[in-house]
Amino acid sequence: MNDAVDIPVLRARRLRREYGTGEGLVRAVDDVDLDVGAGETVAVMGPSGCGKSTLLHLLGGLDRPSGGEVWLNGGRVDGIGEKSLARLRRTDIGFVFQAFHLMEELTAVENVELPALLAGRSPRAARRRAERLLERVGLADRARFLPSALSGGQRQRVAVARALVNEPSLVLADEPTGNLDSAATLEVLQLFDSLHGAGHTMVIVTHDARIAATADRLITMRDGVFVDETRLTGGTSGRLGAFAGLED
Amino acid sequence: MGRMVLVARLAVRDLRRRRVETALLLLAVLAATTTLTLGLVLREAAAGPYQSTREATAGPDVVASAQLATLEKLATASGVAAYSGPYPVVPSELRAAGRTSDVQVVGRDTASAAVDRPAVVEGGWAGDGGAVLEAAFARALGVGVGDQVTLGGRAFVVSGLAVTAATAPYPGGSCYVTAGCASGEVPEGTNLPAGLLRDPGLVWLTQADTRALSDDVSYVLNLRLSDPAQARSFADAHPSVITHTWQTVQEEATELARDSQILLLIGAWLLGLLAVAGLAVLVGGRIADQTRRVGLLKAVGGTPGLVAAVMLAEYVLVALAAAVGGLALGTLAAPLLTGPGAGLLGQASTPVPTVATAAWVVAAALGVAVVATGIPSLRAARSSTVGALADAPRPPRRVGWLIAISARLPASLLLAVRVAARRPRRVVLGAVSVAVTVSGLFVLLVLDAFLASRSGTPAYGQAQVEVLREVLLVWTVVLLCLAAVNTLVITWATVLDNRRSSALARALGATPRDVSTAVAAAQVLPALVGAALGVFPGGFALFGVINLITGGDGARVTMPSAPELFALVAAAVLAVALLTGAPALLGSRRPVAESLRG
Repeated sequence: MNDAVDIPVLRARRLRREYGTGEGLVRAVDDVDLDVGAGETVAVMGPSGCGKSTLLHLLGGLDRPSGGEVWLNGGRVDGIGEKSLARLRRTDIGFVFQAFHLMEELTAVENVELPALLAGRSPRAARRRAERLLERVGLADRARFLPSALSGGQRQRVAVARALVNEPSLVLADEPTGNLDSAATLEVLQLFDSLHGAGHTMVIVTHDARIAATADRLITMRDGVFVDETRLTGGTSGRLGAFAGLED
Repeated sequence: MGRMVLVARLAVRDLRRRRVETALLLLAVLAATTTLTLGLVLREAAAGPYQSTREATAGPDVVASAQLATLEKLATASGVAAYSGPYPVVPSELRAAGRTSDVQVVGRDTASAAVDRPAVVEGGWAGDGGAVLEAAFARALGVGVGDQVTLGGRAFVVSGLAVTAATAPYPGGSCYVTAGCASGEVPEGTNLPAGLLRDPGLVWLTQADTRALSDDVSYVLNLRLSDPAQARSFADAHPSVITHTWQTVQEEATELARDSQILLLIGAWLLGLLAVAGLAVLVGGRIADQTRRVGLLKAVGGTPGLVAAVMLAEYVLVALAAAVGGLALGTLAAPLLTGPGAGLLGQASTPVPTVATAAWVVAAALGVAVVATGIPSLRAARSSTVGALADAPRPPRRVGWLIAISARLPASLLLAVRVAARRPRRVVLGAVSVAVTVSGLFVLLVLDAFLASRSGTPAYGQAQVEVLREVLLVWTVVLLCLAAVNTLVITWATVLDNRRSSALARALGATPRDVSTAVAAAQVLPALVGAALGVFPGGFALFGVINLITGGDGARVTMPSAPELFALVAAAVLAVALLTGAPALLGSRRPVAESLRG
């Protein structure tokens, strides 16, 4: 387990995202403050439509806030241009989506190496790194498979490998087990546990209490605001499966 | 019956739901059917002025030229109902306004006769010292009533301009003089016999003035037959006499229309190909968008046959509407391209298309619709009901070697190659569309240069050049419009199809510029290939086909130079880049999160 450290990797202040106007105004994210330290894993839970995914999109620069500030590695990023945001997503942020979002026409290894190629790495270096990551997520033997030939859990593990390929300082995961059955969920839980153990900084939005239990901190969100924050003692070290009820 | 009503109702409702796409579909087929109709009705439309001239001037069925005694016998031959002449004809040289031209001078004391009464369109008939010029010849020379001209060194005043159906208007025309005539271009170094007339014009003088010009007199006799349809048989039965039947004169008089017709028909084929390419992309994108509807139809008991029928019915309805529209527009526009030349009377009437023409146009429109929509419709009909209900997008193609190669390219090109590789059929259609357009433009360049070099020469009169230029202009405008529509349609289909993958690429670090450049480059790269193929072999092959059909002499035209061809390819690629820029940019502006959710 890693406790939060003094200098946050991610900081949000009075973060807001509104849709519509007048009577139709919806505050999907409403004055949220958040600090995530290096090596820390934060889980955000809440009912559907409470603004979890919107928050994640704002933190990752996939959406623009209506107000407030987002800081990444000490630099303010909420007002920067699209090009700079793209560079940021390329080098500092890794995304894991609920629907995997793998390119159907690319093999597992080609999917994983894509962000590295976009970041300008040489094809050889990108491929080497992708193969190492697939080995790490236990899919070395599936590297040349198309996503359509992989199970849900395997696809999500490919997506996780892709998120890590540029060694980002922050991994954002949006319902990473939302589309998976129990066995596949366990695979992904174990993977996130190992990432946590390896010191990755992560924000995980989830419905699943089992994956939330892998975090250092659990934030509960409702109607766009944080309503509760719990520091999970003991984190996940060695007890993940038991906590999740998937192991003896 | 109930089934047909259901199919028609579903088809009409879907067409009304997607008005912009329906309008684009209609536009694409309409362009092809209009051009085809123009080509098919042109010939009939063009024959109008000749027929009206023939009626107004009591045009002869046969014009014979020979020595006097022979013609006097011919006048009483079996089958002859009436005649005029024989009239004396002499070769001469006319000088006017600094220009010189060979002429055939026909001696006529009066225009009035039982057969062949040249109609004076300006001024009056010739008296002593006066000359009447054939109207097209006068226009080519720039001579008008009251001008002075010299014939064989003697001065004459132009008393009038007239038209006749006895011979085709200048620069065509029958040869009556014994020395013979040569028309059109003569290759350099050719030794022509002495006394031969080059592209002679036609002049009428009094008989006395005619005989005073030269001793080399021959004669013409104008015959009306009891059965004009037998003119050719009559001519064949009198081989000792040089004869010109009204049919051959008509063919020569409407040769211009035939050239226009050939150009328009080939244009219609090109536009048909473009329409197929554009339609196939539109329909492919549209049917992909209709996946859920297909699933619903099948879930409520629709058979694959019914689904395919509904899909096809939409495009068949559009094709039929385009065929009717094309027939109307083409028929109305035909007379604009076949105005009566200076040498003919009357306006070309608005022809009613024949049943054969209508059948051809409808068949072509339906053919375009079926060829373009058949495969996507059948594919939709065969899709799994569950998959269709889930609205699963059609999986992209994987082209492994392109993906491997693209890994070595910068981000924009990497994405561009992969965008292109996802839908190879669309890439081929895009390239074909550009190749067809560039082939058409290549031929237009060649023909335009040819016409420019012939403008105002006896080989091609100014009026002819103007009409052919108008035909080429119609070609160019319709071709470019349809090509532009195709490019926009293909780009927009690509943008929509790649919405999610583009958003994903952005989430993984690609900039909006990378993504929009990729979508545009995915069109530009095939356009480059298409443009190159459009020049060679496309342009050369198309020109060869036109040459073969028209029986033209390809050696007489100047092919575009290498820099011109390079400019043509570059212009085509630049045009595609500009046209794709806006839709590509629009596509990349959609928020990433929204695209990934959608």
